[in-house]
Amino acid sequence: MADQRVIVIGGGLAGLAATMKIAELGTKVLLISFQPVKRSHSVCAQGGINGAVNIKGEGDSPEIHFYDTVKGGDFLANQPLCKDMCYHAPFVIYLLDRLGVPFNRTPEGNLDFRRFGGTLHHRTAFAGATTGQQLLYALDEQVRRFETQGLVEKMEWHEYLGAVLDSEGRCVGATINNLRTGEIRAERGDAVILATGGPGLVYGRSTNSMVCTGTATTSAYLQGAKYGNAEFIQIHPSAIPGRDKLRLMSESARGEGGRVWVPKNPGDERKPRDVPEDERFYFLEEKYPRFGNLVPRDVGAREIYDICINQKLGVHGEMKVYLDLTHKSREFLDDRLGGILEIYEKFTGVDPREEPMEIFPAVHYSMGGIWTDYESTDDGFINHQSPRNQMTSIPGLYAAGEADYQYHGANRLGANSLLSCIYTGLMMGPGVNNYLKNLPEAASQLPSSVFENDEKRWKERFSDISSMKGSENPYALHSELAEAMISNVLIVRENDKLQSTLDVIEDIESRWKDIECVDTQDWSNPVPSFVNQLWNMIQLSKIITMGALKRDEFRGSHYKPEFDLNQPDDFDPADYLEYEEQKANGGVHKDQFAPSHVDYMERFEKNNEDWLKSSIATYNNGKPAVDFESVDTSLIAPRPRKYD
Amino acid sequence: MSRMLKFKIKRQDSKDAAPYWEDFTVPYKSNSNVISCLMDIQANPVNSKGEKVSPVVWDCSCLEEVCGSCTMVINGQVRQSCSALVDKLEEPIRLEPMTKFPVVRDLAVDRSRMFDALKKVQAWVPADGYHDLGPGERISPEHQHVAYKLSECMTCGCCVEACPQYSKNNDFLGAAAMNQARLFIMHPTGKNLRNERLNVLMQKGGISDCGNAQNCVEACPKSIPLTESIADLGKQVSKQFWNNLFSS
Repeated sequence: MADQRVIVIGGGLAGLAATMKIAELGTKVLLISFQPVKRSHSVCAQGGINGAVNIKGEGDSPEIHFYDTVKGGDFLANQPLCKDMCYHAPFVIYLLDRLGVPFNRTPEGNLDFRRFGGTLHHRTAFAGATTGQQLLYALDEQVRRFETQGLVEKMEWHEYLGAVLDSEGRCVGATINNLRTGEIRAERGDAVILATGGPGLVYGRSTNSMVCTGTATTSAYLQGAKYGNAEFIQIHPSAIPGRDKLRLMSESARGEGGRVWVPKNPGDERKPRDVPEDERFYFLEEKYPRFGNLVPRDVGAREIYDICINQKLGVHGEMKVYLDLTHKSREFLDDRLGGILEIYEKFTGVDPREEPMEIFPAVHYSMGGIWTDYESTDDGFINHQSPRNQMTSIPGLYAAGEADYQYHGANRLGANSLLSCIYTGLMMGPGVNNYLKNLPEAASQLPSSVFENDEKRWKERFSDISSMKGSENPYALHSELAEAMISNVLIVRENDKLQSTLDVIEDIESRWKDIECVDTQDWSNPVPSFVNQLWNMIQLSKIITMGALKRDEFRGSHYKPEFDLNQPDDFDPADYLEYEEQKANGGVHKDQFAPSHVDYMERFEKNNEDWLKSSIATYNNGKPAVDFESVDTSLIAPRPRKYD
Repeated sequence: MSRMLKFKIKRQDSKDAAPYWEDFTVPYKSNSNVISCLMDIQANPVNSKGEKVSPVVWDCSCLEEVCGSCTMVINGQVRQSCSALVDKLEEPIRLEPMTKFPVVRDLAVDRSRMFDALKKVQAWVPADGYHDLGPGERISPEHQHVAYKLSECMTCGCCVEACPQYSKNNDFLGAAAMNQARLFIMHPTGKNLRNERLNVLMQKGGISDCGNAQNCVEACPKSIPLTESIADLGKQVSKQFWNNLFSS
């Protein structure tokens, strides 16, 4: 076939992993990024990457990693993908090691592993506390090597606007906006991979970088791609408050022994070090003796909310708790957490080696994203040759990394995101290559009219935006959208507030039409691009909120108190498996269980029948709709979660 | 009246346009950094004279000093604007683009020369492939400590902005790229490209262009021992020079 190439959008871990794997297979890649790829948001990942290498001889295994991941996600993830990912995790870590990532080492020179949330094993490989940065650099270097060999062409300072679809709805390229010249051009590509990360900016301030607007994935949704589980937004328990951004304080701070506490007396204004041990409330350790400070993030964020809002025990009466590392030696802390402690010190002026840190929960990650497909094997793994893997509902358009919805269910475990990004990027390579081989004709041979139409449409769109002379400042309007989302679509969700948020979003959408494009220059003007991004953020916030409104249950990060099943304190999840087995074998012996437990198990079962489903948002005739689709839970039977 | 913050910002409308200074006044808010003030200007783009102007253009991404994007010259000192807290800055706060790179617009500059330098020194491990070849070599914790420090370089440009030798008119590789050359020469398999890297460092724009002013190490926000890296490479390059001479 004539010259073919793949277009990869986004130069974070997923995009770079896909690029280098596809280039290795001999296929040309055009890599498009909003900024130099080395500055992608993956650099912000701190704590590490999971893989059950069992370096500490704890009996850890990929199967346990798989179980922890599925349980952490409250059983909402399609299991064959999770299984394949966890079984490949040790290989991913070894590969990164070979590529030069300066992982921390044991005295013997092996890779060292630390604890992280949602597991009882040391499973997280790490490079100080800037693991994401170090991983990104290693992949960036490999891609640069392919660039010098001519297999990869990079277009940085370019923004993806939309997919180019042929008459049959197949993706044959991407329309790209040059952020310097403002030129809009359609690029031909036989497949397009969206590796464009998450949408934290929908919430204004989050732990995300300023480029994480979710615009690219939303654009795919607006073009007809299905969007899965939009309502599942992870709130990270520990961030540093800031006016421009909420900076992440890695879970690894707790993995290395950090303790979360508040003074027992509300309004205690003593300095934290002056509060005696018996007047401190280590609320996570008390309530969750097994997992302690390393409960999964959804649990941790909810407990902090409960302590600060319901029990009014927040530090200084605010939504803040202490994260305390002062019992650890400076040498230990600098070796294993140096990067993040320096950041805390630089931004707050307080040395966290001497004083407990003040932290609070912040928007961090989207479990949801563009719906993607996969092909499983008979033994519950993934067929890596299948062109279906990671393909969106638009043929030829793929998604990977945080941009997709597949791996983390209703709540992601810490240090699984770096894994899912790199794993998907590498895993999908052969399938994408096979997709190219099976195409009837190359994109380079299609008539130019296919591309000109899209170019024209986007040029008109941007020309319209540039001439907007209304009264709304786009940045101020964005703050209003963020305020509505932060207030009502966060840790605790209530239907009346979600409904009123939809009204607020509608209002912001109508005011978007009255925006003033505050910069009218032709050269290197970020404003028209931002106005377009804001439109997409409005559309995405709608389906996040609609999904949350529709899902009348409590699952993972999606907490609706009204629908809490109220698990009895003394309930053992193993009982539920017994209950299911008895049911399958002729009937439940109710007298074998406590009556309150039987009631709970019946509620749990009914709730799963109704809601153990992925929400799927689609955009038809200018209107969003949310429906539901079944989840593959064939490998690990769903059961109640418990971490105490 | 509430406290106001004064900014003097050096602006430039396009690559070839003449630069000019513009003053802005922003309401003081606690915990502000330079970026949050630039965001305030975006949301209300009016200069100190009360004229409506285009918002200031600058690059930023992570806002936690790990991506390297938002480097600029603040009160005469090159640094990241995210970690520049206004409470610690003298007013008026002067913001200028870096001087060693072509200005794109206002405070945004084009640093592609730094990324090109990484190609020249082949800053990568020549991996055989991305299939399963087992773990890499064992590495001592001491070696890891040194390598990790060198590897924290975020290509922000502070070192070369501060360097008296690095200019728009020469092709000096600069401290950042040389430090990466050292990092990969240290690596158990990265070292397989050692000779190629040293030969590049031997040429014009390489190690001999360093004037040993030591400004780079002072300017580095991550305290990377850049001068140590350059000295280490200097020794290796000298050896290589004699080796080349006798083997040719």
